Amino acid sequence: MDGVIGFFEQLGPNIEILGARMPQILEGVQVTVLAAAFGGLLALVISFVFGIAQTVKLGAVRIIARIFVEFFRGTSLVVQLFWLAFVLPQLPYPFGWQLAPLAIGVLALGLNYGAYGAEVVRGSIGSVPKGQYEALSALSLSPVRGMFRVIIPQAWALMIPSLSNLWIQLLKGSAIVSTVLLYDLYFRVEQVRDQTGTWFAFLFALVAYYLVAWVIVIIMNALEVRAKHKIGRGPALSDSLGTLLRPPGGKNVARGAMV
Amino acid sequence: MNESWWSWDHAAAVLPMLLEGFFKYTLVATVLGTLIAVVLGLIVAMTRRVAPGFISTPVTWVVEFIRMTPLVVQLVFANLVLSPYIDSTLAIGIWVLGIHYTTYMAEVYRAGIDSVPKGQWEAATALSLPLLRTWRAVVIPQAIRSTLPALGNYAISMFKETPFLVVIYIPEMVRVAQTYGGDTFRYTESITLAGLIFLVASYPTSVLIRRLEKRLA
Repeated sequence: MDGVIGFFEQLGPNIEILGARMPQILEGVQVTVLAAAFGGLLALVISFVFGIAQTVKLGAVRIIARIFVEFFRGTSLVVQLFWLAFVLPQLPYPFGWQLAPLAIGVLALGLNYGAYGAEVVRGSIGSVPKGQYEALSALSLSPVRGMFRVIIPQAWALMIPSLSNLWIQLLKGSAIVSTVLLYDLYFRVEQVRDQTGTWFAFLFALVAYYLVAWVIVIIMNALEVRAKHKIGRGPALSDSLGTLLRPPGGKNVARGAMV
Repeated sequence: MNESWWSWDHAAAVLPMLLEGFFKYTLVATVLGTLIAVVLGLIVAMTRRVAPGFISTPVTWVVEFIRMTPLVVQLVFANLVLSPYIDSTLAIGIWVLGIHYTTYMAEVYRAGIDSVPKGQWEAATALSLPLLRTWRAVVIPQAIRSTLPALGNYAISMFKETPFLVVIYIPEMVRVAQTYGGDTFRYTESITLAGLIFLVASYPTSVLIRRLEKRLA
């Protein structure tokens, strides 16, 4: 019942099996989407906090942010996941927390990809033209106000393509969470494999992940169009619906940006 | 529970095992996987550039599909399908890693090739260099220079993704750490040390690559 030929022969019955198991699979989809959404949100917050912290004048803040970023970039997602799942419960009081699997997944994904994102935020803030900073002093805007009203809106438009790639990386990385007992899409599909055969189950899983990734691409493309429009560098979202389906990748992948 | 949370005895016991997993599997997978990605990536990038549409379009689709789907799922899928024919799980794991990163490297090379000035192509035509020679002697040497930092970044990235190989039970470092924890009910030393080894190995490398990036820029 397996192999490429089996895949086509058994297509009808397999779709029926899949239909019968749909409730569990949808639960898996829900877990994957939740992990990617909350993980992505946490990563976004971490990216901004530690990205901006690396640009402030105070040296101590910069150094702490730098150490945080290098630590979470350098120690590998899977290690962080296992550390939260297996080591954290064994630590003495006041630690020794046994977190829920979803919390472990979201934390590890958010911390790891947030550290990469902090580099993106730092880089984008750095590549806002110097004249804009000079304009801040010329208009005697306070540094904080200038940061949030002038620099970040421009940096935001620059960083969205990289953040989009990172978010897709996070979604892909989330497929490892069943190792800490979080039953995601991959886990549920692995469960139906016995009945449907490898080819059908895994092609379904890959296509499902691919579609979720495209949802991320469309959201981020929309945000990019909006961000550019808001700083006067592009058409309104309603005038450029075609760009929503622009595939990711390109320049950011070429630079090795998510690394 | 008077046991202290950190035991140097456990740390000393697990460290040699971790290092063995590191050198025998983690490092081997990274090096060979990178090699595959570097070679196949160039082939894919060139195919997309020179092949007619009915070949290059499907290649582009497949590349995008592989790049946008999880390595973990690809690893398990490939292992289930190929294990009847290929004895070594490690070989399957390395090929999947290599092919996954091929899709990134192809994009790196594409940008590198695009960055070669049009005049260079025209000059090659003017000198009536054959196509193969144009690529080998003119385009690739210039394209490759700008791709080096990104290549290094992806090698580090792959290094840190080798623990995904746990899903096909390859005894690389993190799997060793997990197994040790399961056997002794002490995860603290093994997992923490595994993380530190990653940090110690990847941080200096990434600093070097950043320096290379600045020099080539």
